[in-house]
Amino acid sequence: MNIHAVPQLTPAETALVDAFGERLSLLPGDGAVMVKRDDAIEQVKTGLPTKRVESWHYTDLRRLLTSVPAFDETAKAEAVAPVLEGSAVFSVLNGRSSEKTAKVEGVTVTRVADKLTDGSFAPALEPRGSDDAVGALNTAFVADGYFLDIAEGVELSQPIELQNVQAGGQTHVRLPVRVGNGAKAVIVERQTGTGDAFVSSVANVTVGDGAELTWLIVQEQPDAAATHLGQFNAWIGKDAKLVVFVMNAGGKLVRQEINVAAKGEGSTFTLRGINLLAGDTHTDVTMVLDHAVPHTESTEVIRNVVTGKARGVFQGRINVHQYAQKTDAKMACNTLLLSDDGEFSTKPELEIFADDVQCGHGATVTEIDRNHLFYLMARGIEEKTARGLLVKAFVAEVIEELEDEAIVDALEGRLDKWFAEHG
Amino acid sequence: MLEIRNLHARIAEDGTEIIRGLNLTVNKGEVAAIMGPNGSGKSTLSYVLAGREDYEVTEGDILYDGESILDLDPAERAAKGIFLAFQYPMEIPGVATMEFLKVAMNAQRKARGEEPLSIPDFLKRVKAASGDLSMDMAMLKRPLNVGFSGGEKKRAEILQMKLLEPKLCVLDETDSGLDIDALKIVADGVNALRSPDRAMVVITHYQRLLEYIVPDSVHVLYRGQVIKSGDKNLALELEENGYAGIIGEAA
Repeated sequence: MNIHAVPQLTPAETALVDAFGERLSLLPGDGAVMVKRDDAIEQVKTGLPTKRVESWHYTDLRRLLTSVPAFDETAKAEAVAPVLEGSAVFSVLNGRSSEKTAKVEGVTVTRVADKLTDGSFAPALEPRGSDDAVGALNTAFVADGYFLDIAEGVELSQPIELQNVQAGGQTHVRLPVRVGNGAKAVIVERQTGTGDAFVSSVANVTVGDGAELTWLIVQEQPDAAATHLGQFNAWIGKDAKLVVFVMNAGGKLVRQEINVAAKGEGSTFTLRGINLLAGDTHTDVTMVLDHAVPHTESTEVIRNVVTGKARGVFQGRINVHQYAQKTDAKMACNTLLLSDDGEFSTKPELEIFADDVQCGHGATVTEIDRNHLFYLMARGIEEKTARGLLVKAFVAEVIEELEDEAIVDALEGRLDKWFAEHG
Repeated sequence: MLEIRNLHARIAEDGTEIIRGLNLTVNKGEVAAIMGPNGSGKSTLSYVLAGREDYEVTEGDILYDGESILDLDPAERAAKGIFLAFQYPMEIPGVATMEFLKVAMNAQRKARGEEPLSIPDFLKRVKAASGDLSMDMAMLKRPLNVGFSGGEKKRAEILQMKLLEPKLCVLDETDSGLDIDALKIVADGVNALRSPDRAMVVITHYQRLLEYIVPDSVHVLYRGQVIKSGDKNLALELEENGYAGIIGEAA
């Protein structure tokens, strides 16, 4: 860890350090886990990242995180209906998993509270670096979640929804998943709630050789005061396919990190993202993708709708390692800016050490196309409705690329809900 | 039904005057053809009728059913029964064609104080209309006009016209980009909509379209004015002698 003069802690940092002192005796963990927790809170004590830390340049966490609520053991969080009909639902309510869970053939489910004490979990709590504030905060406080182990060759006949529902206070969960070789699964990571909560959630996911995983992050925290810090880390095996879709449609302060390592030749990674931003909020999607071996492909498309005084950030970094020849990577970030007070910052980065690769990126910021608007109005659709159709179309295009009709319909339903509440 | 009086209109952005004192009257049940060389103001006239913001009317008036429509936006004009079939229909990614048709039909019904269509009723109408135009329903599941061929786009325009049942149809160079088979299908679609209650303004550069959609009147547009009007024989005369003779006459 870097030796810096310890800054004077902000009220939020003080609240976190105090909360750790109070919670420590309640937190599950074997010796090695508790050492990781201590290290993690030491990292927090050196101060949350500011804009001087490169990966946090557009999201000055120290400045933006103005307060942190205390844990609320009495908060009553209720499970919600799943995004995809017929899903097997695993709910974490107010930070706690349940003993009674759905049964899915071919899937072994373990509560993370149990994993934390079985002597195996500490390596997973290692932070990703000195700038890994999300990982550190989560490691310090994580109490529960579910670990899903999907057996080799199993093709799940129903989607799984991992839902993390808060009702105020703090919740810190882990949702690790192992997808066995040749297995196929659709998993929804649902982040929602009703309170002014402080939430961290980390999902470490391994996608085995020849496996196919579609992972849909649906984040709909309340706009008013909820802070959501999410991290999705994946390792993709040989000839495996990973599709990640992230939809941010709420939250006062949101950071969703997506770290993916293409470890196996012939693997493909697809990221599609939608940020629906309203009010006085700050939302950051930060992706780091490592093409570590030859013959891997990736595409990333992020679409943003910015209204009100909302601020958005997309950082996309693609590292192509020296031996990763024949890498094919394309990244795009398109923003529809609907308000003079809103803003969106995009930082694409390509770091390429191989010489036979195809990599590209593009970013656009636009307003509604006047020609399109005229066309719709010329058919009798009044201006407000026509604008709504076009804004929805701008983001729906990304959803339609997911192809599966049930998924497309369900996600468009979430879009409609957001537009109904913010139209 | 449509009365254009001494209309002057310019491009809003740079003030270039395109329509310069245009007069035209089209009665109920009449099919009026507007012909003219490139740059005479044909497409501008269609946009000004539809209410496109890029153009400003500086003088004169457009009366529709006896009332000025200059203060109405495009949606209000459409709800009153004015329909523009675009020369280049726009591709709108992300808006499914069916969804668009439903929203448009119901928006116009709402503006007229009618109940929205039930889903089965809506589907029945779309099926019947697309069948008449030899259109595949599968095409309508795609985003609006995206990836449609030139002919498919024009057919989609006529489909919308059939479904929306306008009182004044303005067809802007509907023949451009069509091969002869597509032209026949489109012309049949237009002819099927001819009725004593409906007026049509058919804008075209070539006489060819008028062999299939036979007009009641023909008007030659040049430099933003109607310089000559006549019956369908005027179109034949133009085909034979070109615009030069008439332009010379008027000058």
